[in-house]
This record gives sequence, C-alpha cells and structure tokens, in this order.
Amino acid sequence: MADTKSLIGTQNKKGQTFTDPWKLMHEAPRTPSFFTGSEVIKEAIRRASCDVMIAYPITPQSEAAALIGELFAEGYIGDYFRGESEFAVMSQCAGAAFGGARVFTTTAGPGTMRAMENFPMWAGARLPIQMIVTCRGINSPLSIQPDTLEIAYLLNTGMLVWHAETAQDFFDWILMGYMVSEEPDVHLPLALCCDGFFVTHTKDVVNLTPPDMCLPPYDPYRSPVPCMDMECPPVRMMRDPFVMKSNYISYATHASWQQEIWAAVERSRKHSIHWLNGLIDAENTDTDIMIVASGTAVSQGREAIRLLEDEGVRCGLVKVKTLRPWPDEEIREATKNAKHIFVPEFNVTGWLAKEIRATVPNHQRVHAGPHVCGGMTMPPEIIVNEIKTALGLKKSFVMAGRGS
Amino acid sequence: MTEYRVMPGPEHFLPPAAASMGIYLPNPGEAHVNGVIVPEEKAMEEAARQFLMAKVPTIFPGPLVLWAWNEKAAKKATAIRHLYNTLKECVGPDQIPMLIPMPDYRPKYPKINPEMEINPNHPNLTIWHNKIDCCMFVGVHCHQANLSLKIIRGGTSCYTIAMCAQAGHEDAMLSFRDASVDKIMRLADWVKKLKGTVQVRTRGSRNGSSN
Repeated sequence: MADTKSLIGTQNKKGQTFTDPWKLMHEAPRTPSFFTGSEVIKEAIRRASCDVMIAYPITPQSEAAALIGELFAEGYIGDYFRGESEFAVMSQCAGAAFGGARVFTTTAGPGTMRAMENFPMWAGARLPIQMIVTCRGINSPLSIQPDTLEIAYLLNTGMLVWHAETAQDFFDWILMGYMVSEEPDVHLPLALCCDGFFVTHTKDVVNLTPPDMCLPPYDPYRSPVPCMDMECPPVRMMRDPFVMKSNYISYATHASWQQEIWAAVERSRKHSIHWLNGLIDAENTDTDIMIVASGTAVSQGREAIRLLEDEGVRCGLVKVKTLRPWPDEEIREATKNAKHIFVPEFNVTGWLAKEIRATVPNHQRVHAGPHVCGGMTMPPEIIVNEIKTALGLKKSFVMAGRGS
Repeated sequence: MTEYRVMPGPEHFLPPAAASMGIYLPNPGEAHVNGVIVPEEKAMEEAARQFLMAKVPTIFPGPLVLWAWNEKAAKKATAIRHLYNTLKECVGPDQIPMLIPMPDYRPKYPKINPEMEINPNHPNLTIWHNKIDCCMFVGVHCHQANLSLKIIRGGTSCYTIAMCAQAGHEDAMLSFRDASVDKIMRLADWVKKLKGTVQVRTRGSRNGSSN
C-alpha cells in the first residue's frame, strides 16, 4: 500500500547506491577478501541500510557488535547504543522496530537465553528484526566455546531460524535475510545462527559485494500490522490484550493470532527458496549412507565423506540451511534412498536428529550422532568411525588420547 | 499439492491456518480460488459470480482505503465506491448489498456495534447480525485480515474474498494480490458483465447466519 517512490539508483548520505537486492546479490561484482566471521558481519551490515543496532557484550559476538560500532561512527547506520542487559537489548530492538526501523543485533549463549521472552513477542508483533546468534555453551559449568544448544530453544519462538555454515553464508544471508523477513506475507524476525568462534574468529576468503552498493531501506508501510503510534498499537498487544477478557472470542483471537505467526513461517518458505537457492543443499542422494547436518557440522561431514571415499565407501550429504521454515519435504526427498542417516551435531541433546526423525519415514534409519558439546571440536574421523561402527566396518582411525 | 481446500465454514472450533495446511499464495498475475492457484481473470469471474449469487454481498473496506493517507488510497476508495454502486445496480430486489467499514482496529467500548462496523476480533458478529453470505476484504492490514478471515471460516458459512494489496490471503476462499484501482474496476466490470446470468442462492443453501 505504500505510495513511496523507489529509491533504487539513488544514493544515501554515505554515497552508497541503493541497489536492486537481487542484482546486488547475484550480478554485482564480488571481491575476494580475507576476513574473520565477525568482520564479515560488519561488512554485511555496511551494505544492509540498517537504521538501528543495539549491542551488549557477550562472547563470541562482542567483536562483531564492537565492529558495528565503528560503522556507526563512520555514519553507515542511523543509531547504535549499548543496552543494559540482553533482555533490555531485545526489548529496545522491539521498540525500534515498532517505530519502523530496520534493526540488527547480535547475541550468544546465556545472553540469548536471558532475552528469550522477547523472541516470541517479536514474532507475535511481526517485527522483522535480524539477530545474529553466534552460538556458545549455555549450561553450567560455564563455557564460551561453540555449542549449538540455544538453537533448540529458538525453534519454537515463531522466528525464522537459519544456520550458516561459513562466513560466506553469513555475508550473503544477512542481506538476503532482510529480504525474506520483510516480505509482507512473512514479516517475522530472523535468528541467523552460526557456530561461534569456528565462524566468527577464524579467517576465510569471502567474496564481498562492492561497499558502495547497499540494500534499499526498509519500508514499514508494507507491514501486515499497522505501524505503531500511541493511538493505534498493533492490535491489543499493549493497551488491551486479549487475556484481559475471559470469553470465547478473546481466546479464539489469540489462538488465531498464534496460528497466523506459524502460517507466516510457512509463507517464508517460498521466499527462502528463492533467495537461498533452496532450503537445503544435497549431494550424492543416490547413496545408502547420508549425512544430514547444519552449521559447521556440514563442513566436518563433507570432510568425512572425502575420507570415506578414500576407503571406497560412498556417502551423501544434506546441508540444512533453514531450520525454520523446516525443509521437511526436501529432507524426505534427499534421504529417500538412504538406509542410514547420520546427524553429527555440536550439542548434547541432538535436537537436529530429533527433527529429522520426526520428518522421515522409517526413522530407525536416523543415527543421532556423533555429538560433541561444550566447545569440543568434531574431527571428521569420529564421523567416519560412527558410520563404520553402524555399518559393522572396521574402524580406521584411533583418536589420540589427550590430557593427563 | 495439498488436498486441503479453503471452503466456506463453519469449519472447526479452531480451524487451522490454511498456510499450515499447504495452501500457497499466488504469484503475480495469479489468484487463488479455494486454495487452488488460477489465472487472475478466472478469479475475477468467480468473485463476481459469488457476489451476484449472494443475498447480502458485502464489502469490508479497511483503514488502508478508508483513511485518505495518500493519493493511492483515495483513488482506491473511489474505485471501491464504484464497485459497491455497480453491485447495487446489478443485484435483484431481494438482494441487499452492503458496505461495512473497518475503520481501525482499536478496542471498542463498551462493545462493537456489529450492525455498523466490523472489527477484526469480532468479524463473526458482523456476519451473523447482517446475515452476510459473501464478503470482500479490501484495505485491511494483512495480519488483521488473516485473523478475521480465519475466524469467519471457523464460525460462519460466509464466502470470503480478499482484495489484497500485497501477497494475498490463503484464509479467504478467493484472493487477489497486488490490488490496484484497475483490478477493483475490472471486478466491477465483471459484475456488470454477469448481471442477470447468475441465480441467487435459494433458501436452504448456505448463508452467513447458519451458525
């Protein structure tokens, strides 16, 4: 309904040209650059036409948050400040998004958990905030190392949840993520996750779009709910919530509202497929053995496949890119020929294996493992051994013992 | 493709959102009828037919066209008035076309008057009180429209049409997308074109007050 003139082709105050997002991501020249994941987050935000970034320090996202502070000093984002805690940050993000701003924040581990109440609120209020989650351990005893347990808690918030494997994924998906989450039929927050340190603190070659090209700004008039003002809050969310009335229609309205959030997650499927070129990547799907993984477990799985091929064992791979929307049909199709499905994960509970077991027929095929957690690395050899053990093959590697 | 179809209700105590049942929104140039993607022109014909079959065909304009907040909204409002006038000209003496506003979504105290206006939280009251058996949403914010359309499908047998300015609505029985002045006028043309060729629903058929 917005009656605004397209800004594409015009320049912002930093001299960046607002560029058609599809052309920016697919046709603009790319420059190979050697950056850490945190630096890549900064470079993506430089091109994202963000209005507001709110920060609070917690490892391993602190570096990215600090680097974006530099962007603010350089004039690339409208406002930047530190919240009082993670809960405060997420509440402040909501306020900024209610006011019609494109909002970005970063979080990790216990901070994500502390802010958790806000995430279903964001989804319910249809706020297309983008939050980077650089996963780390959340449970006592304290760990700051990569561990993807907090993703399990995010899966039922109504947010979109994507899991990046590499810094390149991160760069592209931050920009594409705004395009998906701001679609009027979606308009949901996005938790863009990565495995902390493995992605944020290692350097990699990342192909970047030109720094003088950026996304068009957010248009809040495409929101499926009215922009907030003090006279017309988004329905009865603040001034007169449904719960204040105890009658059938109040409950029916609240129930329908919740259903609508999950309907919007479903609607994001089409847009996510369009931008991410599918919700999964799959290779060698004709084989008996498939590895299904997300995040950096995909990289380890890929290396395990190479090791297995050296020994004459052929194995396929599914990289799960989006956890919400969940690629159920894609995973069923990609694993239809598999007799064994292995799910390596960087967490203790095996939430991805549970999702896959609930998705595929003959779920006994799904081997939940190997698991590592607490920040341990996952050498490809343990994936190989897990597969060989299940197949009754002789293990080829003996892991060296460490410590006293 | 899903077997699920978006049909007039009453469907369920708490019907599922159609999107969760595998109904997809149309691409530009398309529309959906009962959840099946069709060319837009076919949906135009069907929408006009449903209006002319109804005893109480009703248009529910929302704030995005009721408030002249920009030039486009004002032009759409004029087009909707034209559609309503066309409906009045094209129906028989036993049919009662209505134009019932949804001016804002704020709570109404002490309560909504369903004879006068529709509220997204109480759309079924307006449908029941006015015995509406076919209605069209236009200019309603998408999330509010989805909410209302689903409650209507759950508790009434009203046939719902959504003239959406964005991506469309799965929870309507028929939905257009990218609504423009031209599309509203084309729908009015279809109503005029089908005048006299469509039979009004007989007693005993589904109507908005059945629940």
